[in-house]
Amino acid sequence: MSKFRNLISIDDLSRGDIEHILSRADEFLDVARGERKLRILEGKLLANIFFEPSTRTRMSFESAMKRLGGDVINLGSLEASSFAKGESLADALRVVEQYADCIVLRHYREGAARFASEICSIPVINAGDGAGQHPTQTLLDLYTIKKEARLDNLKIALVGDLKYSRTVHSLIKALALFNARIYLVSPDSLKLPEEMLEMDVNFVECDLKTAIEEVGVVYVTRIQKERFPDEEEYRKVAGSYRITAEMLGDSDAIIMHPLPRVDEIAYDVDGLRNAVYFRQAFYGVPVRMAILAEVLL
Amino acid sequence: MNLLTISKIRDGTVIDHIPSGKALEVLRIIGVRSGSRERVSMAMNVESSKMGRKDIVKVEGKYIGEEELNRISLIAPEATINIIENYEIVRKFKVSLPERVEGILKCPNRNCISNDPREPVLARFRVENSGGVVARCEYCGKKVYEIERYLV
Ligand SMILES: [Zn+2]
Repeated sequence: MSKFRNLISIDDLSRGDIEHILSRADEFLDVARGERKLRILEGKLLANIFFEPSTRTRMSFESAMKRLGGDVINLGSLEASSFAKGESLADALRVVEQYADCIVLRHYREGAARFASEICSIPVINAGDGAGQHPTQTLLDLYTIKKEARLDNLKIALVGDLKYSRTVHSLIKALALFNARIYLVSPDSLKLPEEMLEMDVNFVECDLKTAIEEVGVVYVTRIQKERFPDEEEYRKVAGSYRITAEMLGDSDAIIMHPLPRVDEIAYDVDGLRNAVYFRQAFYGVPVRMAILAEVLL
Repeated sequence: MNLLTISKIRDGTVIDHIPSGKALEVLRIIGVRSGSRERVSMAMNVESSKMGRKDIVKVEGKYIGEEELNRISLIAPEATINIIENYEIVRKFKVSLPERVEGILKCPNRNCISNDPREPVLARFRVENSGGVVARCEYCGKKVYEIERYLV
């Protein structure tokens, strides 16, 4: 039995819902790796509607859908489509839902996916709405933690841009459901917003070195150049939040990153057993399979 | 001595115990604005034993539903409503905070889908009272603390 029809925001999910999706993802692990064939979504069609480019997310959904026997149609180049002529999102969705069984939407406006789910009679999955939500990212992050470390009573460090990163904000909301202890490591100008600090979560502010000694998971995010007044200021700050093999020493902490990275993680970390960020990208496939199976079957 | 000078109404709605200075916003919330045809009288900065100063609004010739009246609580949580028929109060109640409101507030987030003029969408908010009234956009999650500023 499906527990939900749309996936719009991580806030809509209970701990039980999340555990349900993550355990369902386990059933698809070998299928995602291509080791077992499964055709449970045969005859189903997914429409990928991306108003902003996000090749990885789009391909990850495509891989998930096709490995389960389903098929995918994509919105072509934006310039060529009617959206460029000023058609509303609402009208576009009402047309696309005539062609497919499910919509994956990425849009530049916050709330677009919620709006889409109210308009469409087929399931809608949010693949990012502006600075808003990107729930499948959060779920794949949680799944990675579950597979590579553990979810319950976890100690996790969040490193980098804690102010603007929606990935970080959603992850914190989800981790709050699992009694995590969260170590915050960020430059002064990119600290976690006050509103989030008021949440019922165990927060610890510390430096990167302390964090690595204390936690099981280090989640690194990109510090964007645009957030700083000039290049020099950026270099000064960004340099002190960079993870290297030397810093890790004999730590067992796993290193995660939503990718793409710029230079937050040195290349010499890639070969260490701590590095899980590419596997993290892989876990997106079984998690999206679980979500697709959930809304389509 | 009663210094209240606005006249009694025959049939209509009296909204009392509005925080002083908020009468005009109350009218906006119940959809009375320039060009409206109903008769409206107002008293502002009236002395009140409960509130120090308060505003009162009387509207004749317009039926206002309870749901609409309850929206007033967004800016006037203490407001009381008197329904008048033939100069008599036939019903009296205190407004209560609605769980959600639609179409009367604008989302402060300019990038919210509810602010896209092309889309057939009405801004919708979940209303909470935790020490003060807060409305949370159901589309983007943005919270509105200063309700008056974002009345449509
Ligand atoms: Zn909004």
